[in-house]
Order: sequence, then C-alpha cells, then structure tokens
Amino acid sequence: MTGWAQIALLFALVLGAAFPLGAYIARLYNGERVFLTPVMAPFERGFYKLAGIDPNRQMRWQDYAVALLMLSAVHAGLLYAILRLQYYLPFNPQNIPGMAPNLAFNTAVSFLTNTNWQAYAPESQISNGAQMFGLTVHMFLSAAAGIAAAGAMMRAFSGGHLTSLGNFYVDLTRIALYLLLPVSIIAAVLLLVAGVPQTFAPFAVAHTLSGEPQTIARGPVAFMEAIKEFGTNGGGFFNANSSHPFENPSAATLLLENWLLLVISFSLPITFGHIVKDRKQGIALFAAMAILLVLGVAGTYAAEAHGNALQIAAGASPLHGNMEGKEMRFGSALTSMFNVSATGTSTGAIAGATDSFMPLGGLVPLFLMQLGEVTPGGVGSGFYTMIVFALLSVFVAGLMVGRTPEYQGKKIQAKEIKLAMLAVLILTLFILGGAAFSLMTKSGLGSLANAGPHGLSEMLYAWTSATENNGSAMAGISANTNLLDYGLGAAMAFGRFAFLIPVLAIAGSLAAKPKLPPSAGTFPTTGPLFIGLLIGVIIILGGLQFMPADTLGPVAEHYLLASGKLF
Amino acid sequence: MSNAELISLFDRGIVMRAAGDALRKLNPITLARNPVIFVTEIVSMMVSIVGVENLLTGQPAGFPITVAIWLWLTVLFATFAEAIAEGRGRARAESLRRARSDTPAKLLSNMKDRRNFKLVPAPQLKRNDLVLVEAGDLIPSDGEIIEGIASVNESAITGESAPVIREAGGDRSAVTGGTQIISDWLVLRITADAGATFLDRMIALVEGASRRKTPNEIALDILLAGLTIIFLIAVVTLVGFGYYSDTKLNIPVLAALLVCLIPTTIGGLLSAIGIAGMDRLVRFNVVATSGRAVEAAGDVDALLLDKTGTITFGNRMAAGLYPITGIAERDLAEAASFASLGDATPEGRSIVSFMREQFSISLAMPAGSAVVPFSANTRVSGLDSGDKSWRKGAVDSILKSINVQPPADFNDAVSKVARSGATPLAVSANGRLLGVIELKDIVKPGIRERFAALRKMGIRTVMVTGDNPVTAAAIAAEAGVDDVIAQATPQDKLDYIRKMQAEGRLVAMCGDGTNDAPALAQADVGVAMQTGTQAAREAGNMVDLDSDPTKLIEIVEIGKQLLITRGSLTTFSIANDIAKYFAILPAIFVTTYPQLQALNLMHLASPESAILSAVIFNALIIVALVPLALRGVKYRAVGAAALLRRNLLIYGLGGIIAPFIGIKAIDLLLHALHVFS
Repeated sequence: MTGWAQIALLFALVLGAAFPLGAYIARLYNGERVFLTPVMAPFERGFYKLAGIDPNRQMRWQDYAVALLMLSAVHAGLLYAILRLQYYLPFNPQNIPGMAPNLAFNTAVSFLTNTNWQAYAPESQISNGAQMFGLTVHMFLSAAAGIAAAGAMMRAFSGGHLTSLGNFYVDLTRIALYLLLPVSIIAAVLLLVAGVPQTFAPFAVAHTLSGEPQTIARGPVAFMEAIKEFGTNGGGFFNANSSHPFENPSAATLLLENWLLLVISFSLPITFGHIVKDRKQGIALFAAMAILLVLGVAGTYAAEAHGNALQIAAGASPLHGNMEGKEMRFGSALTSMFNVSATGTSTGAIAGATDSFMPLGGLVPLFLMQLGEVTPGGVGSGFYTMIVFALLSVFVAGLMVGRTPEYQGKKIQAKEIKLAMLAVLILTLFILGGAAFSLMTKSGLGSLANAGPHGLSEMLYAWTSATENNGSAMAGISANTNLLDYGLGAAMAFGRFAFLIPVLAIAGSLAAKPKLPPSAGTFPTTGPLFIGLLIGVIIILGGLQFMPADTLGPVAEHYLLASGKLF
Repeated sequence: MSNAELISLFDRGIVMRAAGDALRKLNPITLARNPVIFVTEIVSMMVSIVGVENLLTGQPAGFPITVAIWLWLTVLFATFAEAIAEGRGRARAESLRRARSDTPAKLLSNMKDRRNFKLVPAPQLKRNDLVLVEAGDLIPSDGEIIEGIASVNESAITGESAPVIREAGGDRSAVTGGTQIISDWLVLRITADAGATFLDRMIALVEGASRRKTPNEIALDILLAGLTIIFLIAVVTLVGFGYYSDTKLNIPVLAALLVCLIPTTIGGLLSAIGIAGMDRLVRFNVVATSGRAVEAAGDVDALLLDKTGTITFGNRMAAGLYPITGIAERDLAEAASFASLGDATPEGRSIVSFMREQFSISLAMPAGSAVVPFSANTRVSGLDSGDKSWRKGAVDSILKSINVQPPADFNDAVSKVARSGATPLAVSANGRLLGVIELKDIVKPGIRERFAALRKMGIRTVMVTGDNPVTAAAIAAEAGVDDVIAQATPQDKLDYIRKMQAEGRLVAMCGDGTNDAPALAQADVGVAMQTGTQAAREAGNMVDLDSDPTKLIEIVEIGKQLLITRGSLTTFSIANDIAKYFAILPAIFVTTYPQLQALNLMHLASPESAILSAVIFNALIIVALVPLALRGVKYRAVGAAALLRRNLLIYGLGGIIAPFIGIKAIDLLLHALHVFS
C-alpha cells in the first residue's frame, strides 16, 4: 500500500499548492503588485528599458503571435549557433566538438518548443557551457512563452469587445522574473542539499575496485534540473535523465521533482478561474485534468505492480512488480507516477525506462500524449489546449440545451471551430503521418531497437512525443538520423507553433465578441456533468483517431505478451 | 388550405418522389456540399471498382460487393433523408402556390381615375405600380393600401377563414398576394417585385432548394469536415502501420473502417433537420425571412411582450363591487346592470354579465327607456326610464353630475381599486351615489405558468404597456413578468432593447404598427403581425400570419428545438464510434495477431460479418433516425442543466451503448442467414 500512499501524497501536495499559486499567477497576468515586486521590479523595468519595450503597449492577437514567433525565430538561430560552435565557446572542459547540422537543428527546435527531445547523448555531445547558456536559458524562455500564451487566451474570456490580448514581452518577462526564476533557485538549492551536483569541474575519474578507471560525468546539474521540471521541459543533463543518481538521488528528490513538473500546469486553470472571476470554471478544468492523470497513473502502476508474468514464472520476485528498467530507490509506484506525470505534462523526463514498462503501462504515457497533452499538459500549452477541447465539448453538446453554444459567455461559431479543428488536424497529421511514413522507410526501420509491435510503439511514441512537445522517448529508438532529426524537428516546430497560431487566433476572435451574461438557459460549464463531458470529448475527439495505430502497437503487444510472446 | 394541416411523416407520394430525388442527389458535384457524405460516396465508388475487378478476375468478390452495396445505401439513405424533408416542404409549397394568382391585375396609371385600368399578368407587376382590386378579385401581389377599405379573405395563407378588414392608413394597410378581396375595393401600391413576394419567399423557404446554411449549421459542417479529414488521416496512415506489421489491408476493409468512423449519421441528417425546422415554423403559421432568424430565436434571452392581447385579454372587465355604507350590494349590482344595459362596449357588457353571474341579475330593457351613450365630454353613460335614471362613469364625472360630497368609505374604495391597477367606476341611481365597480384587465389563464417555464430556460419576460406605472405594476405582478415598461413610447421600446443588447442579451419582440418598426428592426428577433403595416413587416425578420402575439413563445421553442435536434444527433453520431472500433479493429488485425480476438467484446461471428455488421448498422441508423430528424427532439421547458443531463444521457450514453446492441443483433442475423460466417 505504500505505493498508493506515495501517489496520494504527491497529489495532495500539488492540490494544496495549485490554489495559492494559481491566484499568484493571476496577479502576474494582471500586472498587480506581488510580494516579490520590491525585489524584481527594478530588474523588470531595466529589461524593458534595455530592450526598448513599451510595457503599456497593448497587442492584438496578430501582434502577440508575431512577437512570440519573432522571439522564437531569433532564439532558434542563436541556439543553433551555440550548439554548432560549442567547441570554441567557454565552459567546455571535455573539449566536446560542435554538433552536426542535423543534430543541432533538432536540438535547437527541441529546446525552443519546450519539447526537450534529446537525439544527442548529453555526456559526450554537449558542453557544460552549451547546457547552461544554450539549453537552460531556453528552458526558461520556452516555458515563459507558453505561460504567456495561456495568459493571452485567458484574457480573451475576461470581458466583452476586447481588442487586445496583453503584451507578450511583459507577460514573458514577468513570468520569468516572478515565477520561474525564484522557484527554480529555491528548488536548485534543495536539490543541492539532497546531493545533486552543481560544478564547473571536468568529469571525475574514479578508480574502481577492479582497478579500472571510471569516468563519472558531472557539471552544473542542479539549476538545470530545477527548471527542467518546473518548466515541463524534461531535457536531462544526463542521458539517463531523472533516473540518473546525480539528477535524482532519492525518493525525496523524486517527489520534489514530480511536484515541480505538475504544479504550474495544475495552477493555470485556477488562474483562469480568477481571471474570469468565477473560480468554479477553473476548478472544472482542473478536475478534468486531474481525473485523467490519476486514471493514467493508477492504470500504469496497476500494470507495473502486477509484474511480468513471464519474469515471475522465470523466478523473479513478484513483490516489487515489474522492476525491469526501474531504479531500486524508486520502485514501481514512484517510477510509474513520475513517468506518467512527465508524459501527462509535456515534460518528458523519466525516472525509469518507459521502454521496459509493461505494454499497457507504456500505452498510458503514449495515450496521454496523443490526447493532446492536457493532463495537465505543458506549462501554458496544457491550458490552452484544454480550452480548445472545452470549446469543442461545448460546441458538440452545447446545442443540446437549445442555444448557440457559448463558453464563458463567448459564442462559439464557425471561425473558432475552423481554427480548433485545424489545430487538432496538424497534431494528427504529424503523429500518424510521420510514424507511418518512417515505418515504411529503410532509415526508419534501422532506428528501431525491437521488432514487431514493440518497434511500432517506439516509432509511434517518438512522433507522438515530438509533435506533442513532450520529449520523452521509448528508449530503444536511435533518433540521431537525418530522417528523424529533421522529421521530428519539423514535427516539434509544427506541433508547437502551427498549433499556437490558430489558438491565438481563437483567442483574438473570442476576445472581440461580447461577453454574454449567464442565465438559467446557459450551458453549465462547471460541475460533474461538464467535467464528465469534457473527459469524454477529450478521449473521443482527441484520442480515437490514434486507436487503430495503438492497436497495432502496445495493445497487440499486451495480448501477445499474455500469450507468452516477447519482443 | 391551412398550413396547420399535418403532412403525415411518411406520406406515400412524398416518399415515392423522395426516393427518386435521392438517386438524383447522388451527383457528386451537388453532393460535394456535404463533405461527410461526399467522402462516403467516393469510397463507395472505390469499393465498387474493387468488387467488379475481383468479379472479372475471378477472385472472391462477395465481400467487397456486399460492402459496396451497403456503402452506397449509406449514401442513398442520407440523400433520401434530405429529399424527404424537401418533399414535405414542397408539398406545403404546392398548396401555397395554388393560392398564387394568375388572374390579370388591374394596373392603374392614375390613382384618381379608377375606371381606366390596363389588364396585365400578375408576374409582370413591378414595385410601386398602382393596382385596383375589387370584390371577388385575388390580390395580385404584396401591396400597401393607399385608398379604400375592404374585407379580405386571407385563408390562403393563414388558414383562418373569417375575413379581416383592411384599410388605407393605420396599422392594417398591408395586403398579401394570393389573398382574396370579398367586398368593396382597394387601390394598392405594389411593394414587392415579381418572384420576391411574401408567398414566393415562403415557398422558397419550405422547399429548401434555395436554402442557405445557417451560421450554426456552417460551424457544425466545419466540425464534421474536420473530423472526416482526421479519420481519413487515421485510415490512410494505417496502410503504413499495416505494411510494417505485415497486415493485409484491402480497400473494402479500410473503406468500411473509414465510413464507420466519420460522422455519417449527423452528416446525412443535417440538412433534413434544418429543412424540417423551417417546416415546423411554417406549420405554426410563421414565416421567417431567413434560417438565421430561427436560430437566433433559440438564443433569445429576453422577450418584449405587449400587454394587450398577449398577457391580458385586452378589455377591462368588471371584477368587483364596493357599495357605500347603507347601500345593499344587490342594489348596487342592479343599478350597475341598468346603467350598462344600453352600453355595447366590452366593458359595459362585462358589467352586465358579471352581475348575472355573481348576483343572478338578468334585466330586460324597461319599455320606453332612453340610453344615455358614453361621450368623451361627459365620460358617463347610463339609462333613463320614466323618472328613474342610472349612471355609471369616471368617478369625478359622476360626482360632478350629482354634486354630492362622497363619504369616506367611497373614497377608500376608489383609491383601493386604483392602487391595485384596476379602474374604478362610480355608479349612481336617481342622483344618489351607490358605490364603485372595479374594472380590471384580466390576465390570460395559464400565462403565468408559461412565464415561469421561460424563466427556467433563462428567458426574461418584459411587459410593454401604455398604462400608467401603477396599473402596469399590478398586472405585471399578477402575470409574473420579470420587468415592465409602463407608459411605453416607441422610443422607450427601442431604448430598452438597446440597453439589453448592450448587456449582451438577445431580444425578441413582436409588433404591428409602423411606430414599432424601429424596435422590430433593432430586436434580434422581430416578429411582425400579418395584420400589421408594411413597414412593420419589412422591419421584422418573421411574420406571424395569425397575428397572435403569444406565438413569440412558440417561436423561441421552435428555435431551441432545432438546435437541440442538431446537437443530440451530433452527440449520438460521435458517441457511436466507440462500439464500431470494437467491431472493426479486431476484425481487421486478427489475422496478423490472433490474440487481438480478445478485443472482440461483442463476440462477433467472423471478421467479415463483424465489418459488415458495423457497416450495415451505420447505414440503417440513418434511416432509423429520419423520423426524429423531421419531428425534432422534444423540447422541455426545464433549465439548461437538466436538459443537458437528460439529453446527454439519452444521446451521449445511448449513443455509446446502442451500436453495441445493434451491431451484435445484425451479426446474429447474418450468422443465422449464413452470410459470411
């Protein structure tokens, strides 16, 4: 039972933090004074002055989108340059050479889109300097950009006849200064205390008992680790990610990291409740996210705790469940919880190998990503994707109360539906199209580590992870090929920006509409009925299209395993 | 004919013609308007080609041909649903068309000279032409009376056989083409060009041919098209996944999967629902200028209702007696009766009948008596018989005429009646003050309950009246409206509507007079009365042929019903997908991974029969739902939350469960008939 108790403890901690943090983020969006204002305001003003930004400028949705895209484009170039030129840049004690163009492209897009898909091997292919000034900086930037966009979406519902969605630069700066930076610093200190290294020294060399020297990779880990989780980024300092003892030394640090990666995404619906001045609206979205995630964690843990019948038959102890690919210090419960949380958010960090999960245990993370990353999704992106689903739910079922569907007093009409469907379409196209295409090419097949349905799962998982900006992988796949570097790079870019632009357009369109006052005839968007409906629509409209492919992957594998067949 | 006449759901003639139309509608060019069914048709063609190819090359062709047949039937059932909805509309249009006049119109060149006219065919009339119509003529086109007064039989469009009076000026000056003038003559100015008359518009609307999609329908179409593309991607990419998995996927199987996943049910029924909604409105004798207005009616959250005729009967009626001290109630009643015997106004008659019902007083007019008629000057009426006289009238007028100081209890009674919103009348006999009659505006029975039902749906009712605020408030309290505009001028109405709209509310109102036109135009749903002026009729977006202002409530319900039907069938259609997955996916993959048989929850007999059962269910469900689409899902005046719970249970949960049962049943039947098992 300790497994379930650990899971319950984490959810209680997230729940307890989401409400105050949600209120705090609402104050940041509204430009209100917070307790950190005396410390941060000078920096905030300094940044605006330095960058020549007028913080009072109000942006239409087009301006907001352009600002976000321009900033991303400039930074993509910058990051690409850092990765290519890292050999010549400071903080490279191991003298690691510059990345190849395909890998640098993939990595730059990956960290810019909050995906953190890692086609490179961190220990041997990236310098400390590039980790800090390249990757870690963009972990802050991409997270802040996502949260800013969520704020723009929230403002669309805050009143009627609005022309502006706020100021992107102000949102970005305030989120980074007042939210991401302070919490990351505190978390990094806690991780340091718990044994995570933060050093600029070269790799350590240890002399093992057998007399052979062993190189131990180390570097400025703690700070990167903090924002990696808090910003739902997921790119580890080490290849083994959060299962590496330097990233995640104990069950306590796992709990902390797990809390970090969930807390912002669960706070944003609460923030939404504050912005629309109806707390229940936020709680309904929160509940839908939480129920799906809890079901996912429970499903995976149940599959893992039950263990692998074939291994048990071969003499493995059934006590700890399926322990293949898991760390003894975490066990089945924490590993299941962490990996599912990291795929339910778009973090993609792992505390154990998803590749070695039981087939159904691996189906859950895959399916949570395919649902569109709304459980609770990436920071910001989870929220605005959830709004897209809320709009679709209200549109499909809202007619049943006999009125033109409306959400938060905003009528949902042809334009919003067109944009929402376009966004969903892009995700489907890249996930299914990319995976199917790769499986038909020689290069794609060469990347697979396993045959049969497990190989299919690996490829499907890779494209799903990239398109949904998750970044986790079923570790068996070799991702550093031209096909996957460029293909998945494109999937990450489209999955982020080709989704975000229609979403901001929806926000712009809704903002301009009058906000209708609620009445007894208004479709209720709070309460168990709506939450159930929303979950149903997420599964049917967000997940059903992936079922045929999933059936040939993890589902087939599950039934084959049951009949004694392994891959 | 009457529009209220019911057309049976499956009238033989209509069904036969619809079957023919359904085939004609298979033309891919016209079908492209409906993306879901269009894709189904393309897929049907592909499967047919495979079937024929197999037949020619001697490969097993039974399965592809059977699938092809059922896919074609899916398309046909969808076009049939639309055709039958149009057919019902057309049947109504035919009977309307019969009313259209082909008799020549009498075109005047000079309105002063009614003897000089030229006979021209009605369709050649242009706007602003002057036309003479005389007793027995059909009115050739829509027009405004500029001279004359006549009785007109409007049964052709309203179904109401009692003739109505139409006259120049005022609020009854509009006439409709196709109606017949029974007495006297009229000079009309034609207000509609040929083909654009009221009747033409009505015919076009019910026929559905020139029907334009409404905003909500367009949005739904986009959703359905989007879902179709998404599932198209899922099925096309399955070729790649199948290739990797060494699974043989042929076109009939992929086609079956695709057609079962895309929302063919709602795609096939969508336009039928829209046409049927229009038809329902016409059956209520309301003509909308656009489908948009019908949808807007469902969204309305405030109704502006005229007090007179809608909330009350419109005539003040006797409702109480207050004798002064020393006068028997019966004496007052008798005097009031005498005073009203010669009074033919509704008020006067109500007094006589009130006394008859309450006190069993029925009096005959005494011989040699003289009626004193009401005049605006004296504001008193009554009866003189010999040396006796009875008077009733406005309180101050009666007091002045008999010149007495009223006792305190009389004054109390007068102010009590006035405070309650009713009108006090003083009664005197032979110069002696007897007491007070209370005349009251009677609220229609049942109206309070209807307003309560509207309130539950989140719709505010606002009473508009010319009465003073005291009277208005009393009636409002009795009828249970949410707000009142007393002593309302046209400007007040307009201001009120604008204020509501600024708060983001949608307002519906009805009106008949020219002075209502600005408010009708401003309102989101403006229902003009057929008896109203041309200006009012043009300002509104609906016309009520029965001129019954209460109907605004029904119009709102019809609008809601249309949206509810659409939403329910969409939800049902999408919820169906889950069961179809469990039927088709194991069937497709079971040859590669026999273990996937575990997903065959319904234990369908064989892969072929599983796929076929799903396809057959998918086709038959369209036909099965045609009656529901035409009739509409029943609307209930409960709150949105209750309505959602109910419909989500029936169409959401029902939509998940129904196909499991249906597909299994079809599979059992196929098995029993030894088809692919």
